[in-house]
Amino acid sequence: MNDSLMKRLVLGAGAPVAAVAFAVGLSSIVLLLSGSNPFSAYGDMIENASRLETFVDILNEATPLYISAVAAAIGFRMNLFNIGVEGQYLLAAFFAAAAGGYFAGLPPVLHVSLILIVAMFVGAFWAGLAGALKVTRGINEVISTIMLNFIAVGGIIAWLIREWADDTGATNSGTTPIDESGQMPSLNGIVEIFTREISKGRELTSVLLIAIIVGVAYHLFINRTRVGFDFRASGFNPLAARAGGVPPKRMVMYAMLISGACAGLVGMAEVLTERYKYDQSFIQGLGFNGIAVALLGRNNPAGIAIGALLFGFLNQSSGILQITGSATPEIVEIMKGIIVLSAVIAYEAVSRIKERDEAKSAAEATERQAPAEPEEVLA
Amino acid sequence: MTDVMSPSLTPIPDESGKRSLVARYASLPAWARWATAAAIGVFVLSAVQTFGGDDTTVLTEPGTSGAMLRFSVPILLAALGGLFAERAGVVNIGLEGMMILGTWFGAWGTVNFGSPWAGVICGFVGGALGGLLHAVATVSFGVDHIISGVAINILAPGLMRFMSDQMTIKTNARLDAGNEPAFPFKWQGGSITQSPRAGGLPKIDVPFLAGGKLPGSDERTYNLFGEIDSANIFFVSDIAGIFEGFLNQLSMFTVLAFLLVPISGWVLWKTALGLRIRICGERPEAGESLGVNIYLHKYIGVIMSGGMAGLAGAFITMELSNVYREGQTTGRGFIGLAALIFGNWRPVGLMLGSLLFGYPFVLALRDNTGLGTHSLLLVIAIALLATLAWSIQRQNRNDAIIAGVLASAVLLWWGFSDAAPDWLPNAMPYVTVLLVLIFMSQRLRMPAADGQIYRKGS
Amino acid sequence: MTAAIELIGITKRFPGVIANDNVNLTVQRGEIHAICGENGAGKSTLMKMLYGMQSPDEGRMLIDGEEVRLSSPSDAIERGIGMVHQHFMLADQLTVLENVILGSEPTKGMGRIDFKAARSHFAEVGESYGLTIDPDDLVETLEVGERQRVEIIKVLFRGAQILILDEPTAVLVPQEVEELFRNMRDLKENGATILFIDHKLQEVLEIADSITVLRQGKTIATVDPKDVTAGDLAELMVGSELPTPETTDSTVTDEVALFVDGVTVLDDDDRPVVDDVSLSIRRGEIVGIAGVEGNGQHELVSAIIGTMDPKAGTVSLNGDDIAHWSVRERREAGVAYVPQDRHVEGLLLNAPLWENAALGHQTEAPYSKGIWIDRPGSRGKTETIRKSYDVRTPNVDVSAHALSGGNQQKLILGREITSDPKLLIASHPTRGIDVGAQAAVWDHLRRARADGLATLLISADRDELIGLSDTIVVMFHGKLVATLDPADVTPRVLGAYMTGAVLDDKAAS
Repeated sequence: MNDSLMKRLVLGAGAPVAAVAFAVGLSSIVLLLSGSNPFSAYGDMIENASRLETFVDILNEATPLYISAVAAAIGFRMNLFNIGVEGQYLLAAFFAAAAGGYFAGLPPVLHVSLILIVAMFVGAFWAGLAGALKVTRGINEVISTIMLNFIAVGGIIAWLIREWADDTGATNSGTTPIDESGQMPSLNGIVEIFTREISKGRELTSVLLIAIIVGVAYHLFINRTRVGFDFRASGFNPLAARAGGVPPKRMVMYAMLISGACAGLVGMAEVLTERYKYDQSFIQGLGFNGIAVALLGRNNPAGIAIGALLFGFLNQSSGILQITGSATPEIVEIMKGIIVLSAVIAYEAVSRIKERDEAKSAAEATERQAPAEPEEVLA
Repeated sequence: MTDVMSPSLTPIPDESGKRSLVARYASLPAWARWATAAAIGVFVLSAVQTFGGDDTTVLTEPGTSGAMLRFSVPILLAALGGLFAERAGVVNIGLEGMMILGTWFGAWGTVNFGSPWAGVICGFVGGALGGLLHAVATVSFGVDHIISGVAINILAPGLMRFMSDQMTIKTNARLDAGNEPAFPFKWQGGSITQSPRAGGLPKIDVPFLAGGKLPGSDERTYNLFGEIDSANIFFVSDIAGIFEGFLNQLSMFTVLAFLLVPISGWVLWKTALGLRIRICGERPEAGESLGVNIYLHKYIGVIMSGGMAGLAGAFITMELSNVYREGQTTGRGFIGLAALIFGNWRPVGLMLGSLLFGYPFVLALRDNTGLGTHSLLLVIAIALLATLAWSIQRQNRNDAIIAGVLASAVLLWWGFSDAAPDWLPNAMPYVTVLLVLIFMSQRLRMPAADGQIYRKGS
Repeated sequence: MTAAIELIGITKRFPGVIANDNVNLTVQRGEIHAICGENGAGKSTLMKMLYGMQSPDEGRMLIDGEEVRLSSPSDAIERGIGMVHQHFMLADQLTVLENVILGSEPTKGMGRIDFKAARSHFAEVGESYGLTIDPDDLVETLEVGERQRVEIIKVLFRGAQILILDEPTAVLVPQEVEELFRNMRDLKENGATILFIDHKLQEVLEIADSITVLRQGKTIATVDPKDVTAGDLAELMVGSELPTPETTDSTVTDEVALFVDGVTVLDDDDRPVVDDVSLSIRRGEIVGIAGVEGNGQHELVSAIIGTMDPKAGTVSLNGDDIAHWSVRERREAGVAYVPQDRHVEGLLLNAPLWENAALGHQTEAPYSKGIWIDRPGSRGKTETIRKSYDVRTPNVDVSAHALSGGNQQKLILGREITSDPKLLIASHPTRGIDVGAQAAVWDHLRRARADGLATLLISADRDELIGLSDTIVVMFHGKLVATLDPADVTPRVLGAYMTGAVLDDKAAS
């Protein structure tokens, strides 16, 4: 028993570790070819990360990535590919910021809750459209969510941001900034209890707490609830799930709505603790990076957390490389891409090994448990 | 050779035994059906343009049609890419990423080899490398097709940015030393996000039909289509104008792209290689049992797919913007997939789909007054009304309701506005795709084994 | 005289099982040679090796006296071996011609297919063997018998002299089997050597020149059909008498559990695939549906379990019309379902056994408590099922795909019957499982019936149908065409109804 547990742990942890090792190796080769020293580059990256301020930055970056990855993972568990997280979070952030800016002087809890609820609602709605298209018309959700991404950003936001802009004519027009009552505090106070003072105006976003809540909720939902079981069953085998009573169309809608609601929260760190409004320079790309993190973390709440931290670390590293010049900062982008691709390949290879192993041990068990051969009947 | 008609076009005989118009239409061969549909489309465009109340000619003027031809090429090539992959049973969501590879390599090849033809080849090869990666992941390792595609889409931009960066660094190093940048690091005037100028393939005006010059002569020949267009005969002139636009400043790259349509059809349906590729997408076990190397043919299909996407990217770089820039592809890889679905996984259909989806991009570019897009609203309303009539005739209540509601909404919008807001043309291509998919998705049939993970001996 | 085929000492191992153990086989030229054995005896694996789809771990293969090593079907095809698989290897969306020439396409320059040559060769083959099919038809439009003919043409197109037929009669009714046997004799006359796998002993005795029996991967005997009876063969196959499902005393009550009334189900083209079907099942009764696959049985089952919506008619379960209830509601009302393809509709292959046990019942105790999944409860229940249904597995955390077919089926049966259902739908419950598991399944079904369960049984195994059912109904083209008493039905009569032949009074008596 202990033997197989060890084996499973090794196999389970082995794949992502192997993927990262492979990515590091390949990237080192690329660095060498381009004339940089991989070791000084990695050294700079690690040294940078060990500073408290950088660590705060990493957590700040990881927070929205985590939420984005969970949003994507919810879909992935059901073999639904919600590539629209990008459009959903931007649209949600826009409307949430607009709503937040519109109301001033509300009690803080109410104000913040309003913003969060608007964000989740808009995200859910936009994802729900794609879900509806899938269940009513059978339209592949990859294409529909991507189309909706463009419509959201190039159409709806482009239109409304000028209608509702705070100062029309400014090159970076945005929504009305949110009042203090709608801003969430930073966690620096709590962190500084354990460490020294955090300098340079870095604030650890309290949306981190929301991310943690999202992660816990995701785990409980998917692994412990009955609806979560339905979800996973649909992901494993939609036909068997249907024969087992799981309503297929309703499941798709639930998945898209929940995924969209989660996606809506992705931009909340920017809106509630960084920028306090939505404008043309609002952070982009969190949707696609979130999908990458979900793939890396294998749709598992803990794995996603590690993946988000890893990506946060890599993003921060590109900044330090810019400064020290030990390698070109773009190497980070390549590393991200290689890690994701090698991870998904490694996961597949590992699961095939596991399958073979399981089949063997089950077959052996069958042999051992077989009743003794009946005596030959004499002719 | 069999010409499989899409299932929705079954003849509906009416009581008196005469075959209805629909039935006669359904029995035409594929090219004739699509040509008729296109003609009807042009008719509607002309009618709206002339009678719709907006003072504009942008919907059907030669400049628009020429641009439409050009803008539809990336979508067309991406769709062909999708065709090869999906016919081999592999879903290729990574077309966008492979297109990005093509955009970069197209520019790099043109600049470094000093010839746009090299750019074409390099674009193809760049995309094909992406296809190879996808094939390794999905065919040899059994990774889910969509996951692999998404991963490639993530990897491609970063990789190309890195390459541009390297190019810039090496080029600047040489320039600083007072030397000329040498192959393969010619990137003068470029940067991390942009390449040096990379021009396209030679362009011609077609003689006699569009007033081009004969080789070796300086005189312009007769311009047949131009003459008919100037005669201002309703509808006929518009058709002539459209063709004149097609044949004006026609790039060899465009010709190549459109030639690839019948070539692809020929390869897939008339050659042994094509039949074997198609069995991978329909019933790989059947092929395996007859000694066909399924893995090999899937690889071929996916690599071809990447190559086509690479060509699409190279076209964008070389023909449409004359430079490589980050973020150029704007989702056209996915629109290509939509065109593939629209065409029911067949070459002629996907070609028409590409033209259909490319049109809104063009309008976005050329319609400075917003009047053209405004008229386009009316065209869309008419198309929706036609869909409504069709749905009623087929007694499809859901389709009819959706079509009716949308038609009314669009009509109202058209009626109550003078010009289209400037963000509408940007969103138009994507809205078009969704509208088309909404009404057509249920009638289409993808290859039976598309998306399946295939393992030998299963 | 050199034998056409000689297999010497062939051994093939898979993880955990020896599929073929030192198998010896000799087939003479121009002979029709049958391979018999129950499921899991190693017949298919042996044939796959002869066709190059697998390679033996040990042993030698000789074709016409020459030793060969076949590493792919192309090698086999080159040697004149052709195989007609049990599950047809045809692409529905391609034409007959495309399916037939695939892999051996006649070409002319640049890889272009020479369709003219293809068509003429196709016509030649068709004519010489009397197999008439239109090469331009899409395969999806063909009936089962026609598809089999396409498979045979496929093989002959390549000039095969040695034909391997894997369970060719599995999907045919008696009249079509006769047609097939006629074709086989014609082929033999034209010089072909035929190897076929069959476990229906009467058929084997009728057509074969020589019979080889396999059991648990070993060759048991090679006999002449003139010297043996079906009973002898059965003993050789199993080592003892083949268990037959025998009926004991009737346990049928008067209480109607399921009443299907005038149910019609339409397909995508609005044609009735189930046409005005009515039947009833009482508590303690097993009603068996006979019929060639594709005559509406699966759709009828789907209408009852809820995965398809009937256009007309009622489905009453203990008085409630469930015809438009959701699958979940029906399950909670007590409808249990053993699907015809356990991998497609019955199991979550990558999930552990205890989650598979919960599938279909996850809204009820002991699998869930409120909104939460009750893990200890589920695992406990799964352990119970494991013990009472003899599911051989190291533990209940193993993924379902690791179990053998028989054990998977036992798990499914166990989870369905122990959920205390009012109605059990068992669709092909013993398909593809070994004889031991099959006997166990029959046992459980009989016991459940004795406990008062109403069961709807769909099966292609005539022995199973006749042995287990209290009443047999026959479906043909979506209609219920006959209600028969298993005590006095004969295979001939059953076959006639299944193929829609009008029954002659004389033949009936």
